[in-house]
Parts: sequence; structure tokens; C-alpha cells
Amino acid sequence: MVLTSCCTPLARRQIDTHPDPSHAFSQHQLREMAPVKVFGPAMSTNVARVLVFLEEVGAEYEVVDMDFKVMEHKSPEHLARNPFGQIPAFQDGDLLLFESRAISKYVLRKYKTGEVDLLREGNLKEAAMVDVWTEVDAHTYNPALSPIVYQCLFNPMMRGIPTDEKVVAESLEKLKKVLEVYEARLSQHEYLAGDFVSFADLNHFPYTFYFMATPHAALFDSYPHVKAWWERIMARPAIKKISATMVPPKA
Amino acid sequence: MNYINAHFVANTDSHNSLIKMAPMKLYGWAVSPWMARVLVCLEEAGAEYELVPMSRSGGDHRQPEHLARNPFGEIPVLEDGDLTLYQSRAIARHILRKYKPELLRSDNLQESAMVDVWVDVDAHQLEPIIRPVVFNVIIKPFTGSDCDQDLVDGSIEKLKKTLEVYEARLSSSKYLAGDFVSLADLTHFSFMRYFMATQYAEVVEAYPHVKAWWEALLARPSVKKVMAGMPPDFGFGSGNIP
Repeated sequence: MVLTSCCTPLARRQIDTHPDPSHAFSQHQLREMAPVKVFGPAMSTNVARVLVFLEEVGAEYEVVDMDFKVMEHKSPEHLARNPFGQIPAFQDGDLLLFESRAISKYVLRKYKTGEVDLLREGNLKEAAMVDVWTEVDAHTYNPALSPIVYQCLFNPMMRGIPTDEKVVAESLEKLKKVLEVYEARLSQHEYLAGDFVSFADLNHFPYTFYFMATPHAALFDSYPHVKAWWERIMARPAIKKISATMVPPKA
Repeated sequence: MNYINAHFVANTDSHNSLIKMAPMKLYGWAVSPWMARVLVCLEEAGAEYELVPMSRSGGDHRQPEHLARNPFGEIPVLEDGDLTLYQSRAIARHILRKYKPELLRSDNLQESAMVDVWVDVDAHQLEPIIRPVVFNVIIKPFTGSDCDQDLVDGSIEKLKKTLEVYEARLSSSKYLAGDFVSLADLTHFSFMRYFMATQYAEVVEAYPHVKAWWEALLARPSVKKVMAGMPPDFGFGSGNIP
């Protein structure tokens, strides 16, 4: 197990002398706590997902890399954190979590402030729209886009498996239909859940980042509002910082 | 055939305005496991709702009227006042957040995280395994396609490994997120209902804690009521094809 970094939060906040009862903890309390730990390589999509949200809230965290060559992810030690032997896993004191979106929501709730509220759980309508588009990413957008990433990048570069162009072609057709809906939505609103950035938008980042390193990146040019939305996401300081640790293999 | 569930919401200050509102509407076909996931939550919440039946074989979900509600052309869709929602888990969360937040454990950081973990385990680990089995074993024979037995066999092997994790969890915890029932348990019901109607139910029943947990789910009034609208053959046998 390699302890790669103790990451300092991008946004330093003032010590909170007037704690807001709607916050889980005061800033002072958060500072007193040990950094949370994320297990898995930073360039893995689902690890990066969690790191983005840790950066967005300015949490103190450590990334603990893992050695897949020695099957560390199937070791008893890791299975105690993630019984499916996958990454990421997460530790906050005695609490062990897995599933990257569940981890991310825990982080967002724990470190929620007046300025950073990506879940909007205090507002029924907004929270519902965040959930809708988070699910759309997981069950509609990503299933269309990620096969292209696997076929064009991960398989050839990391697994020595050649690109299956038929799978790519079928996925591109599905993705185009999905992007038509996104284009219409983002023509009405700056972000997916409404006119506020949220958990829903940022969940699209990890796989889309790698999609932009495939030969099909230019597809987004046909959907100008989607492209502009993607560029707004990429301009965020947290996203820039995590992007730098996700250097994609050259296609 | 519409029916209105005449349960009323709790008469607290924050919910007074809800009582005066029109009942929520849920669009879709009740045999759909995605639809049933939402129906269980509506029943658990005791919320007032109207089921608006749609015809899958008639292609209702692809008509402009429905695309205006859900541009992805899928069901279920929930209308709650001026809010239109889709994606079954998003709808489920909204209903529970509004009417029964204890099933999400929203007031507890650690417990709500455990609920989220196991909702996602169903979505990312279990459902992707049992859905193709249900499709191949139950639906394909009715639609004239051949069952992909290799796929089914492979899925059953994956299922056993996954169930080992569930068995370990349920050996130390009464329900999936802890010693309290939550969305994490309820969200499993609808796909499992169909899987357990196949000859592979015995695979699940070989795990005693999983079996007991499943039987506890089946005993819930909300689950019994929703299951009554879910014939094990999706309605194909009786001619009530969705």
C-alpha cells in the first residue's frame, strides 16, 4: 500500500466562529478531525469522482494508492473496506464506505456549507432535480459513453485488447440521441438540475474527461450548449486539479 | 383503469399545503420493476397518488405527450404539482424525502451513507446480474426469442459470489443499511420479485440470512399490495401484456 499524498484542500476557509446549525460540523471541528482516506489510484474514474467532491468542499484527504498487480484489491484488508473488492473505498474514522456516488454524497453532506451545497437537500424540488440528472448520468448517459472510452482507450492502452469498432459505432448512435436531450435541457438551463451547478453535473466529469481523449471528442461540437456546459465544468478549480492527476493514455 | 390511493399525509405544519394539493400522478405500467420500485415507496409513505396506466405494446412512451414529460421516453414518470420526475430511484428518493425521510435516514450522516451504499449495490452489482436472467427466462419465451442459456449460467455464477456478500452483511445487520429498514431494502424488491419466480430462486434461498431478509420484505403490507399488480409472467400468460 502506497501513501501517495496528503492533499491540502483547494479552498482554505476561515475558522467558523458562528457555527450554522444546518452544517453537520463547524469548520473548527472539521479541522480537528483526521483526514479522510480514499483507496485507489487517482486516475481511476470512480476514484476521481470522489476526489472531485472532496476538492469542491475543501476537505482534508489522503489518497491511498493500490497495487492491482499483486491483487491488493482482493486482499482481506481491502475486502474489509469494500466487500466486492473494487475501488474506491473510503474511510472516515470508524466509518468505511464504498460505491463512489454514496461516498461522494457522504462527503458533500459532512462538509456542506452555505457556499458549497451540491446536493440541495434542503429544497425538495431542487434535490429531486439533482437526483433525476444524477440517475440519468448513471443509467442513460454513461452506458452510452463509457463503452467508447473502454474500446478506444482503456482496452487498447491498458489491457492490450483491440478496439471493437462495431461497439463504438452502436454506442455513438446511442450517445447522439442522449446528447440531443442534453442539448435541449442545457438550452433552457445553465446546468442540468437548474441554474445552479450540482452533484448531477460533476458526476459526468470522470468518464467524459476520458471520452475527450478518444478520437470521438469532436462529437460534442455538434451540441453547442452541451459543449459550453462541459467547458464550464472543466474550468472549475477542483476539476482542473483532479484532471491533472488523470493524465489519459494517448489514444 | 385508474385508481386513487386514499391515504392522506400526516397533518403537520410543513405538510398542510400538501394535503390541499392534487394527488401525485405516476405514469407507467404496474408490472414494470422500475414502476414497482416507486409504487412500493408510495405505499410505504402512505402518500396519495393516482396511477395513470400506459401501454408499452401500444408505444405510449414514445408518443409526444409522454416525451414532453420524459424526453428519454421511459417510465415511470411522477408528476407532483409542477414537478415532473423520472428515473425510478430519483422518484423514490423524492417521495421518501417528502413523506417518510426516516426511510432515507436523512438526519444521520453515517446511516444515510449506508442507505446510499446499498441502494447503489443493488443498482450496480445485483440488478445487472438478475435483470438479464429475468429477461431471458421469463420474457423471451413469450416474445419468440431464444433464451441465452450461457448468459443465464454465467449470471448465476456471478450471482452466487454477490450473494455471499449480502449473506455476510445480513448476518451482522438485520437490514442492509443497519438494523432499520430503509430505501436500500425496498429498492431491491421489484427485480427480485421476478427473479424469485424463476427456477433459480433456490440459488437465493441457499443463503439463510438473505432468505430471511427477503421473506421479511414480502411480509410488508406495501410490498404485498404492489406485488398483487405484478403477475410472475408480466401479464403475458393472461393476455394482459403491458
